[in-house]
Amino acid sequence: MNNTELIKKGLAKRYRREKRFRAYGLMAILAGFIFLFVLVTDIVIKATPAFTQHWIKLEVNFNPEILDVGKKAGIDELKQANYNLLAKKSIRSLFPEVKKRRDKSKLAAMLSSSAEYQLRDMLLAEPYLLGQQQTVWVLADDDVDTYYKTDDKSKAVRLNDKQKIWADTLAADGRVSKRLNTTLFTNGDSREPEQAGIRGAATGSFYTILVTLLLSFPLGVAAAIYLEEFAPRNRWVDLIEVNINNLAAVPSIVFGLLGLAVFINYFGLPRSAPLVGGLVLTLMTLPTIIIASRSAIKAVPPSIRQAALGIGASRTQTVFQHVLPLAMPGILTGTIIGLAQALGETAPLLMIGMVAFIVDIPHGFLDSATVLPVQIYLWADSPERAFVAKTSAAILVLLLFLVVMNGLAVLLRKKFERRW
Amino acid sequence: MKSESEHQQQTQADTSHQSENKAADIQQEVGATIGQPFVKQPKMQARHVDVFYGEKQAIYDVSLDLGKNEVVALIGPSGCGKSTFLRCMNRMNDTIPICRVSGMITLDDEDIYAEDMDPVLLRARVGMVFQKPNPFPKSIYDNVAYGARLHGLAFNKAELDEIVITSLQKAGLFDEVRDRLHEPGTGLSGGQQQRLCIARTIAVSPEVILMDEPASALDPIATAIIEELIDELRQNYTIAIVTHSMQQAARVSQRTAYFHLGKLVEIGATNQIFTNPLHELTENYITGRFG
Ligand SMILES: Nc1ncnc2c1ncn2[C@@H]1O[C@H](COP(=O)(O)OP(=O)(O)O)[C@@H](O)[C@H]1O
Ligand SMILES: [Mg+2]
Repeated sequence: MNNTELIKKGLAKRYRREKRFRAYGLMAILAGFIFLFVLVTDIVIKATPAFTQHWIKLEVNFNPEILDVGKKAGIDELKQANYNLLAKKSIRSLFPEVKKRRDKSKLAAMLSSSAEYQLRDMLLAEPYLLGQQQTVWVLADDDVDTYYKTDDKSKAVRLNDKQKIWADTLAADGRVSKRLNTTLFTNGDSREPEQAGIRGAATGSFYTILVTLLLSFPLGVAAAIYLEEFAPRNRWVDLIEVNINNLAAVPSIVFGLLGLAVFINYFGLPRSAPLVGGLVLTLMTLPTIIIASRSAIKAVPPSIRQAALGIGASRTQTVFQHVLPLAMPGILTGTIIGLAQALGETAPLLMIGMVAFIVDIPHGFLDSATVLPVQIYLWADSPERAFVAKTSAAILVLLLFLVVMNGLAVLLRKKFERRW
Repeated sequence: MKSESEHQQQTQADTSHQSENKAADIQQEVGATIGQPFVKQPKMQARHVDVFYGEKQAIYDVSLDLGKNEVVALIGPSGCGKSTFLRCMNRMNDTIPICRVSGMITLDDEDIYAEDMDPVLLRARVGMVFQKPNPFPKSIYDNVAYGARLHGLAFNKAELDEIVITSLQKAGLFDEVRDRLHEPGTGLSGGQQQRLCIARTIAVSPEVILMDEPASALDPIATAIIEELIDELRQNYTIAIVTHSMQQAARVSQRTAYFHLGKLVEIGATNQIFTNPLHELTENYITGRFG
């Protein structure tokens, strides 16, 4: 048997192996896609109800007697008026046959508690409405909302039979309308699902990640440059290297404890603040950015450095004019991966108090805030059924954040990418 | 752990001891450099240069001159220290942390290893062309303009254009790239890239050009163009060129230096070295008996 025959004999086997390997790869990718698809579909289906809300049409009579104010009341007096009673009377007027005290309160409970504030704002904005009749759309309570959204009505157990009849009557009278849920995007958190939104958490996430980006990117890249290009090769630098690699593997909650001890207890920074969250996430993200940046810098061919040095560029010029631009795509990829991780991080933020129930939307780095993943955690933990959909909606928004960030990374990479 | 590292150190010490022995052998065999290492009008002078990489010595007591407007070829088997020696001449060895140079090297009678010699300035005066063409991933124009911009040699766009164009002309590349100056330099062929690197080097008007096997990655036609170019450049520059090709050394250089295991064995007029070498090692090498 000569060589050609020997090789031929083995050839079939080699090709078979190649085919098998390709099939494995394809299967792996397919499995990944299926999981992703199932996950996203599940979330989208669960989230859909959260993007709509039901409103109820009331005929509101801004009667000074009900409001318990004078006929010519000024703004100050109007501020003190009894809008709660006004809202209740308005819905009761639609069902005059309801007489029992218990039923009356059940009927009033079908409106969101935000209704009275809505009426108040309306009257304060246009005081001349006092004494007039107005048609007003107010938010339905989350249980009523859920009832309208559930196809199998017997499953909506949070309403009693009478309430269900009232709800059906309202719908039959054309007094119910389904609208886009803007509350979700304009409000902070709330105990009432129909009034809860992710604006607060999203803003908190934004501030937190901004702090993380502004600190970890320059620090990480500078550290990587120093270690790769300037640091002497000795025991200390080796030690630092090993420690950076170890830091990348430290459980994130440890960074939270560290942040609590250092930033809050020692430096006295406020609890629940995006600044502290950002600092903690910076600690967590730095090793990722340093490691990614170092390997990106290492991948720049030494011939480029030699070319620059050989023509009389200083080491700093060589690094900033040649090495860094070429390493940028890799550095950006690492940074985005690090930041995406930070964006989805919950555990360390629990430690520094970003898990508090915060209704107000933060307006700076020191305001109390929570972040999207913590909001998801909080809502997932809430008993109200309507929060199930909200949780999924918040997850969708978080995913959207991530997609936007990754898109940005791809864009920046394209911009910086050069061949050599 | 500890005993292992001790053991390693021990073996290292052993090998260095061995190599010292070996060096001693060569010394006996080689003796002092023969030929004419010195010239009447030197541009650069190297005296008793020793180079160490950590414990390991790569260059042993090399002394030679690079004369004005001459091309000196450095030849010898792989690993004999030609590149190392060349890198001493513009202090590129400074960028290798473990490398240590002793002895004296002067440029126009200035000690280039003196305290007050700035390596950045030195490298502008003593340019270098590398074995593998290494243009920057920028446009052809920016590649050539880089050094001039870096050192502030041009005061306006017109001057910079002038520098770029004359450099490209001197490197014999201008006609080929005249209408794609703003396309990437990395898109050129290997030979064009190497000429671009030469243009980049001469754009800062160095006095000496060091070339480390500049044509070893090129095809014969590109090589011939580069060789012609070197011959022309000799009018204005002092050139030291490392080459593996004896024919190339014979074609482009006036003097040739033969290195062997870190020692300068023989140096002399190129035609004499190739027709009538004085040392047996040189003869063995140029007749292809080893190397
Ligand atoms: N950066 C370096 N670190 C350690 N040793 C080196 C380095 N560069 C070269 N050497 C050693 O120095 C000797 C001479 O190398 P070099 O100058 O590259 O030889 P040549 O260019 O003649 O082939 C070789 O033994 C090589 O192993
Ligand atoms: Mg070499």
